[in-house]
Amino acid sequence: MSDRGAPLLHVDGLRVEFNLSRGVLCAVDGASFDVHQGEALGIVGESGSGKTMALRALVGLLPPAARVTAGTVVIDGVDVTKAGEAKRRELRGRTVSMIFQEPMTALNPVMRVGEQIGETPLVRLGLSRRAARARALELMRLVGIPDPKRRAEAYPHELSGGMRQRVMIAIALSADPKLILCDEPTTALDVTIQDQILKLLGSLQRELGVSLVFVSHDLAVIAQTCSRVAVMYAGQVVETGTVDAVFREPRHPYTLGLLRSVPDFDSVRDRLSSIPGLPPDLALPPAGCRFHPRCPFAQEDCRAAPIPLIELADERATRCLYHERCAEDARREPVVARA
Amino acid sequence: MAVAAEVVAEAQFVEHRRGFRRRWYRTPSFVAGASILGLIVLAALAAPLITRHDPTSQDLLHTLAGPSSSHWLGTDDLGRDVWSRLVYGARTDLRVAFLAVVFPFVIGTVLGLVSGYYGGSIDSVTNWLVNVVVAFPFYVLIIALVFALGPGTRSIYIAITLVGWVSYTRIVRGEVLVAKRRDYVLAAKSAGLSDLRILFRHLLPNVITQAIVFSMSDIVLDILAIVTLGYLGLGVQPPNPDWGRMIADGQTFITTHWELSTIPGIAIIFAALGLSLLADGLADLLRPE
Repeated sequence: MSDRGAPLLHVDGLRVEFNLSRGVLCAVDGASFDVHQGEALGIVGESGSGKTMALRALVGLLPPAARVTAGTVVIDGVDVTKAGEAKRRELRGRTVSMIFQEPMTALNPVMRVGEQIGETPLVRLGLSRRAARARALELMRLVGIPDPKRRAEAYPHELSGGMRQRVMIAIALSADPKLILCDEPTTALDVTIQDQILKLLGSLQRELGVSLVFVSHDLAVIAQTCSRVAVMYAGQVVETGTVDAVFREPRHPYTLGLLRSVPDFDSVRDRLSSIPGLPPDLALPPAGCRFHPRCPFAQEDCRAAPIPLIELADERATRCLYHERCAEDARREPVVARA
Repeated sequence: MAVAAEVVAEAQFVEHRRGFRRRWYRTPSFVAGASILGLIVLAALAAPLITRHDPTSQDLLHTLAGPSSSHWLGTDDLGRDVWSRLVYGARTDLRVAFLAVVFPFVIGTVLGLVSGYYGGSIDSVTNWLVNVVVAFPFYVLIIALVFALGPGTRSIYIAITLVGWVSYTRIVRGEVLVAKRRDYVLAAKSAGLSDLRILFRHLLPNVITQAIVFSMSDIVLDILAIVTLGYLGLGVQPPNPDWGRMIADGQTFITTHWELSTIPGIAIIFAALGLSLLADGLADLLRPE
């Protein structure tokens, strides 16, 4: 796609299926995206669109009922889908680490936070206990936890939500990974804390040169942190491109609908619209374009056959046959006041 | 505003820490249980200091005597000091009961951890074994096993271990089934930690509480089992004092000297009460936030 050399993360045609009693549910259907060193990719979509499962498939941590049935995931030159569990475990923590949505449940409730931060350096980097503790304190300082010496002795329930998420970030950074997968890292936090955490992640990305994959349903969060975005709907990536281009001139009606449903107080819009209908049952997705039952631009040929990802100019791609109309509509009534 | 939020968070942080330390002596059942059990354990440990007679020495000239300054609780049918036998009996019964709980606790916990975490065939086999053992009534199985192995403390340890592990396996397995779906396990996996480390460093401390609480009630069960075995002549062998044998020995004289059986009976009730209250208090204190 670009001339920056091999991407750090290369995902091509990733398919994740769940075996349910009522049949096979396809949670992720042919997701493809690349992330280069130092880049931040946002994956946006509503609940159940498969974004979290796609993220977990990247590191081979799917729930027992799910499995990857097609596609390749290459992280730092290692084909994760073909590698054995030992090889994948080697990648986790060292090359790729994760930040979770709810820091209260993602931290071990009966372990002191200093110990939790120092655990990966201790076990994975082979540091001594003393060195691991020093590393933990250093990381706590890096993520802006005041008085780290005392807070290191605290249990997770003794910290505030924002502090806990900072601890999670410190853990994710503890073995110097190249890529951090963030699964809705600010959803459980209130707005002021959310802003602090996003700023922290942004500065870490710039200063440490680490790449981010940022999963969120919040478009504002993606706009603040990422340079590129992939929009997911019903298990498929329906549109990709730079955040700037996609948000200013969406070329998929789902993206357009998402942008129009964001409340914006200094906006030109005076009416908040929502997307009619509900996301489809992933065990029985509609034929053709998966969005057609909810789409204002749908035509006969949208229902006929599955729509491939259509490559457009400026490293953009969409899964809509009538993306021109969509872009026109967005131009007529702008969706973002400031991009 | 950020500074204000920080100050509030700091205040809550300090408040929480102080509250945690204050908590144990504010749990009445824990304090009561620990006091009762502590008193019994202290008496058992200090047995030679607080008794004047050897618990096994007979004095056939002063049998079935009432309480006196020499024999605080009187003597039994062989002229042995009842107070000495009671205190030394506590020594035997508590030691055997505490030791008998250790092996099933360890074995059952490890089996529960492994079968709950991995599932599959390991879990099926473990469950099958659990069901086989659970199908028999506890005391019947213990008595049958001790009878087959021959009376004595060694047989008690073996029998209680063979029967007792199932409770710990069931408790820990159930806890692990819930805990392994928690995000912190996923987070530990995403950091590339080994299964062994996740099991023993992350899951074990989170699931062990229920097993510890149950072990307190289990000691009560074991004391009752040991006493029952002693009563049936299968337990601690004479002349070593044991509460069960004291009850059995006193039974012959129940119409004339009811206290001979009643005193060790009361001791058993107190030990059981202390342990139960302690278990209750521990359940409150160890409950994760």
